Amino acid sequence: MDVAQLKRQLFEYTTLLFHEGFLDEQFTQLQQLQDENNPDFVVEVVSLFFDDSERLLNELAKALDQQNTDFKKVDAHVHQLKGSSSSIGAQRVQRVCITFRNYCQDKNVEGCLKCLQQVKHEYSLVKNKLETLFTLEKQILAAGGSAPM
Amino acid sequence: MADYGDEPHVLAVDDNLVDRKMIEALLKNSSCKVTTAENGMRALEYLGIRDDQPGESSASATTSKVNLIITDYCMPGMTGFELLKKVKGSSFLKEVPVVIMSSENVPTRINKCLAEGAQMFMLKPLKASDVKKLRCHLMNCRT
Repeated sequence: MDVAQLKRQLFEYTTLLFHEGFLDEQFTQLQQLQDENNPDFVVEVVSLFFDDSERLLNELAKALDQQNTDFKKVDAHVHQLKGSSSSIGAQRVQRVCITFRNYCQDKNVEGCLKCLQQVKHEYSLVKNKLETLFTLEKQILAAGGSAPM
Repeated sequence: MADYGDEPHVLAVDDNLVDRKMIEALLKNSSCKVTTAENGMRALEYLGIRDDQPGESSASATTSKVNLIITDYCMPGMTGFELLKKVKGSSFLKEVPVVIMSSENVPTRINKCLAEGAQMFMLKPLKASDVKKLRCHLMNCRT
């Protein structure tokens, strides 16, 4: 595939992600912060998001596995996850976090466990999509194209 | 207050690592010099206020290192509101504008912060346009 085709593919893929609600306009904000002075900004921030989210998901699983659930602790972790997903535009993850917090407030363990599964699912979906996006970009760069963002 | 020319020095306080990276980039993009802190305690240490002393303490600090403090509201330990109070309660820092950020739009929270002397309240996630607005506001404060 030539550079033009790769770029078109990337554009279409990105548009689809926005259309399906995986990403929202905050992701565009992120992309706009990338420039020659900061050429890997998006990948850097998204990598931080991946690491942080995985840590939080582990903490959440542990916290919800306790005999007496510490809902304050669970809520604190969800709040963090909601914040970082919102900051990078991972809309579907953020939305599940909102529901998750409501269950925390209601001290509903079942609800929380259900949300944990949902948020893990949404997280792995968006992680997969973003990694695909980054791969497409690398292909463009490797084919001699300029930074697509 | 120190003259910062074209590059105001901003202290950004947020316990969330992703948010810290974002706010730092947004501010740098708006030609600000940025220092980040991960919590209120670190912020106060940087500013030169010692938290363990009730009144004015550190003789090493007489003027503010920073032209603006932007802080998240919800932080473990010391909240952004508590940080705001400490800054406003300090004789050499009270003139520094403090902006509070939060992901939650709670009118009582906003009013509480403004009443305590916060310059502005901003809703997260922050965008480039928010930071530009902040910049203009800050510049106007200076003239």
